[in-house]
Parts: sequence; C-alpha cells; structure tokens
Amino acid sequence: MKPCYINSAVSISAQDTLNDSNFLENTISFEGKLAEAIHPNYKKFLSPIASRRMATAVKMGVAAAKKALELAKLEMPDAIITGTGIGCIEDSEKFLNAILDNDEEFLTPTSFIQSTHNTVGAQIALTLKCKGYNVTYVQGAASFESAVIDAQLMLHENEANTILVGGTDELGKFLINDIIFAEEAEEHPIQTPFGEGAHFFSLSSYKQTNSFCALKGLKIFNKARTDTIETKIKAFLKENYLVPEDIDAVILGKNGDAFDVLYQTLQDSIFRDTPQLHYKHLCGEFFTASAFGFWIATNIIKQQQIPDVLTLNSIAKSSYKNVLLYNQLKGQQHSFTLVTSC
Amino acid sequence: MSKNRVAITGMGIISSIGNSVEENLHALLNNKKGIATIVNIETQHKNEIKVGEVSQTNKELAKSLDLDEKHNYSRTALLGCVAAKQAIKDANIKDIEAFKTGLISATSVGGMDLTEKHFQNYNEESRKLINSHHAVDSTEKIAALLGITDFTSTISTACSSAANAIMLGARLIKSGQLDRVIVGGTDGLAKFTINGFKTLMILSDTHCTPFDANRKGLNLGEAAAYLVLESDVVVKQEKKTVLGYLAGYGNANDAFHQTASSENGEGAYFSITKALKIAKLNPEHINYINAHGTATPNNDLSEGRALKRIYGNSVPDFSSTKAFTGHTLAAAGAIEAVYSVLALQNNVMFPNLNFKTAIPELNITPVTKLTKKPLAYVLSNSFGFGGNCSTLIFSKK
Repeated sequence: MKPCYINSAVSISAQDTLNDSNFLENTISFEGKLAEAIHPNYKKFLSPIASRRMATAVKMGVAAAKKALELAKLEMPDAIITGTGIGCIEDSEKFLNAILDNDEEFLTPTSFIQSTHNTVGAQIALTLKCKGYNVTYVQGAASFESAVIDAQLMLHENEANTILVGGTDELGKFLINDIIFAEEAEEHPIQTPFGEGAHFFSLSSYKQTNSFCALKGLKIFNKARTDTIETKIKAFLKENYLVPEDIDAVILGKNGDAFDVLYQTLQDSIFRDTPQLHYKHLCGEFFTASAFGFWIATNIIKQQQIPDVLTLNSIAKSSYKNVLLYNQLKGQQHSFTLVTSC
Repeated sequence: MSKNRVAITGMGIISSIGNSVEENLHALLNNKKGIATIVNIETQHKNEIKVGEVSQTNKELAKSLDLDEKHNYSRTALLGCVAAKQAIKDANIKDIEAFKTGLISATSVGGMDLTEKHFQNYNEESRKLINSHHAVDSTEKIAALLGITDFTSTISTACSSAANAIMLGARLIKSGQLDRVIVGGTDGLAKFTINGFKTLMILSDTHCTPFDANRKGLNLGEAAAYLVLESDVVVKQEKKTVLGYLAGYGNANDAFHQTASSENGEGAYFSITKALKIAKLNPEHINYINAHGTATPNNDLSEGRALKRIYGNSVPDFSSTKAFTGHTLAAAGAIEAVYSVLALQNNVMFPNLNFKTAIPELNITPVTKLTKKPLAYVLSNSFGFGGNCSTLIFSKK
C-alpha cells in the first residue's frame, strides 16, 4: 500500500484537545464512571437552528470534520468515511423511550430519522454538499480503523485523492448505564471511565505542504490470543519493512480489564525497550477511543515529544519517526496502526 | 491497479419468501410473495401494515443453529448466522483458514429487537443481552460461527448497507488484500423500525406497488443474505464453480436531505454512472435492472428520474422485487444481489408485482410478468437514508 499523507488531525474529547497548540499539557483526571467530552462553541461551526436539532455525536462530528478540512485547507474531499461503534444512541434512546412510554402512539419522526448509524457521515456530506463516496463503519472498537482502511484502499487504488475520515461516539443517557451494569458482571472489568468524542483527519494520496505525517500501515483482525499476538505484530511490521526495534513509541489501548494481558505480553517482550504509552485514562473507553490514540500518534510525530501523562515506562527517544498503535476490545476487534514521519 | 476479477462462488439467504436460495428462486418463479400480517412482533400497528416476515420464530432459528437455550442472539444475529452458514456450504468451503478470508456484514437495526424488550429494565438474567445491542454483535457471532479470525468489519449506511459491504469485499479482493470474503447483510424486524417508518408515513397499509402511479408506501421486511466472493487464484486452485461475477460498483451521496431523495436522483445517477465506469460498460450493455423500488412516492420517482437521465426513453427492462420480500433495509442490497445472480443464472427477469399504472412524470413500465431473456449484465440499486446511494453490476462471465 502507498502511504497516506495526513494533513490535519482534530480531536474533540474529554480533554481540551480541540486547542491544537496544547498537546495534553493540562489534563483532567476522572473520579466517576463517565468522561464527557469538552464541547467547543458550536456557533463557530453550525447555525443555531442546525445545532439545536443535532445530537451530541452529530454536533461533535460535524464540528471536528469542518475543523479538519479547515486545517488541511481542503474545501471538498473526494470521499467521507466515518466510523462509530454505538451510533446515534441519544436519538435512538429518545425514540425508544417514546415508543415504550406511549405504547407506540404520538410519535414524531425526528429522533428516528437521526438515529441511524450513518447520520454523522450523512450530515457532513449534507453540510458540505459532498456527493462523493460515503460509508459508515460500525465494527465496535475497529469502527474508526475500518474507515481508515477503506480510505487507504481508495487512495491506493486512485479512486480518490483527498479523504475526510473520522470516528464519533456519544455517551447517551440510558444505555450507557446498562453497559456499565453489564461490565460490572465481569471478573476484571474495565477500570477507565466510559467516554465519548469525535476525531477527524484529512488524508491525501500525495504529499502537500501541510502534510505532517503519514499512515503507513493498518490491519484489523477479529481474534488473537496472548500466544499469537507477538507473531501477528511482527508479521505486520515485516509487511511494512520494519522490525520491533524500529518502533519509536507504542501506543496501547489499555483500559484495565482482563484483556490488558494482550498488551502486557508485548510490553514484556518485543517492546520492552520501547517507549510505551497509554491514553484511555484521558479520553475514557469508547468504541472509537482508538481515534484519540491515532490523534496522539500524529501529534507525537508533529511535535517530537511525548507528554508525561501518557507514559507507561521511562524510556524516551531522541526522535519519533515510527509510532505503532495496538487496540482491541474484550479480545476482539483488534487493530495495528502504523504512523510515520513523512 | 490490479486486474483481479471478483467471482461469486456461494450464496445463502433467508427471507419472507424462503429459507434457502432454492426456496427463494421457487417463490420468485411462481409469483409467491411473502407479504402478510405481522406475527412474531406484538405491535399496535398490526392491522395497519403488511410485512415480509421470515416464517421461523427465534426459537426455531436458534434450534437450527444448535444454540443453547440461554443464548444472547438477536433476531438479526440469528438470521445472519443462518444465511452465512448456507453461503459457506454453497461455496463448498471446508477449511476457512486455507485462504486469507474476511467477513463484511451489514446491519442497520442490530440487536434493537432485544433492546426494545429490556431497555431500562435489565436485570441479572437479561444482563447478558445488553451488549447484543451493538451493530458489531451479529457480525462477531457470524465470524465465530464460520471461524473467521482475520479481517472482519460491519457497515451501516441504512438501506444501502449490504451493497456497500459487497463493494468493500470486491475492492479488498481486487487489491489483493483478501483471497476470499463473505459479504452481505442482516436485519430483523423490530418495533423500533416499524414505528420509525410509520412516523415518516411511508408504510403502505396493503401490498406495496413499486413504480405504480398510485403507490402508497413500502412494506417492511426482514432477511439476511451472504455471498462468497473469491479471487481468480482461489477459483483456479480450487476448481470452483462460479455463479457469476461482480463486475462493477459505485457509491455516491445525494447530499440533499437526511431521509428524502433529491428530485432528480442525483446520488442514484452518480452511483450508477460510477458502477458502469468500474465495469467498463456502456449503459446499453445492462440487460436488466433490479431497482431499489421501495414503492414510496419519493424513492420511485427519484430513482426513475435517475434512470431516465442515463437512458432517456430507452430504460432497460427493470423491476423491483420488494413486493415479494418487503424492504429488508440493511439486508436489501444482499438479498437483491442474490436475486441478480439468480436472474443471470436462469436468464430470467422477476416480475414487479402489483403494478398497474405508470408514474405519469416518468412513463416507464417495469417487467410485470416473469420474462425469459438472455442476460449478460444485471444492475442492482440500493439507496438509503443519509443520501447513501450504491449500485452493483453483476455479470455472467
């Protein structure tokens, strides 16, 4: 696969990440079970009428998408590809409650219309009047990575030159409590709070003046065990002409549950002497939390530094060229993502 | 760009007109529609709507999959597993790991049928059903059933979802990323969708009449269908019987309205044009179009306009099979992909049931009777909320 150049990276998360100059300098820590996003002033991105109608994920998504285009100096992408794990849960809950409370009577269509998983991708297309390729992926913790793989394939096959790609998830108000209830039944449940956010990136097949790093490789797969993960990661690196020693930082999707053992296996073996990072204590766990990790990877390469709040060991490098991400959820929906300087 | 062809070597389907490919074909050949009063879901709207419901209950489906009684499968997952299992068998796949094999599934409603039963009221016993809500859940269950550990993804672009799953699968094979991929979609009926479409006032109270001047709206349906796509290398090496090829695909966005299609069918026009370009075909090469044709006033007019923009007054033979199955939402693109391949295999065009009068603005008449004709290329449209428009082109050779 040809490299995909990254021309902008935007994060709306539980940290103050929309302010690009501040790379996780003053972070917030969380006491409770939820890590809600810090919202920008949406007036800058949306008309008040549009803003009132939109649920959290749609607002965050459209705002992050617009900002990503602005930073990349791109007016109209050739394609819009998005990922979401939970979809538009706020509007789904609204419609579901209305059905249940009124026994299928007195319903209005608005929340149903906005409940489909592709609402964010569709609203971005509608806002931009972008008639190009448009797909939404809903592969749990590999939703964002599915979107990026599609983008990578499109750029590689010359089906598009510029692509807006992103991931969004909102906490919602009801099902999240049930999800926490389900998690509590686990023997070793998730230790980080549950979060939400929107992350958008502008990719291109050619290097622009504002290209600041590149996506070199990305692989998603459904299953892995502690005894196969090392082999899988080595094979992935080999496909990209690298060995573990070439990795300048490894960003792990640790959330404190029983499946962290997959990450630990790598921390104790091939990446023992590599700077090891985590991030879900900052953004919370959600299906597209790995897009927050991806945003961190692009920033490490851009700023050539690692904020202390991310480090799991005391190893540092003089320069950061190859950054690898590994994420999974409950031993499923695994992804390896390789971001490099360009 | 690589020149790998994308062969279809297996198909599986469960819909309101049959529990297998053979049963679906038999129904299509004999005007046997699956639209009736709803049985499996208790709803206030029971007598105001007609639906395309799969005849088997969840219990029967679970039994056919040998599931433990305490399973946490949504109807979407049950239907998906049944259809995907058939597809693997049809493709005569014995060792799933023998080639680099992926799974791309589509769903819009996911496990909503379970959520709407227990929402805000989960207890110790129903706790295991909570995470079955997520769209990825049915895909994970299908992957586990088939033993797929490699590339697995799920797409949700409303009613064009499965067409996009098929498209991504084809692109992954063409680019050499995968040797084999199981693609398709699944959606079970749920109160949520029934009420949603009801509030939009696009549900017909009787049998739907696609492309008819007096169409009153759609019939919702439920179904699952999967196709096995394989590369030339696998076909050659395994001496596979090829059912047909995926020759072209196109995806565009209407960028007009969250739920309504534009008056001139802009998105549909672009997706069809793109698919023809990928297939390296001229519009006149298409012998038959399996239209999206939901029978809503908006869709049929918009889709018809897009066809007229491309074909002028010589629109090829076309029909919508939704009067047989109902609109099966995220699964529709896969259901109609199976029907398109069956059309090619049998050189037959399926009737657009219940049609009487042409839409005056269009003046185009679908195929209304089962019609034999040599077919080389069949085009299939799928459009969804959010302006998502997708087109697939199937070929015999």
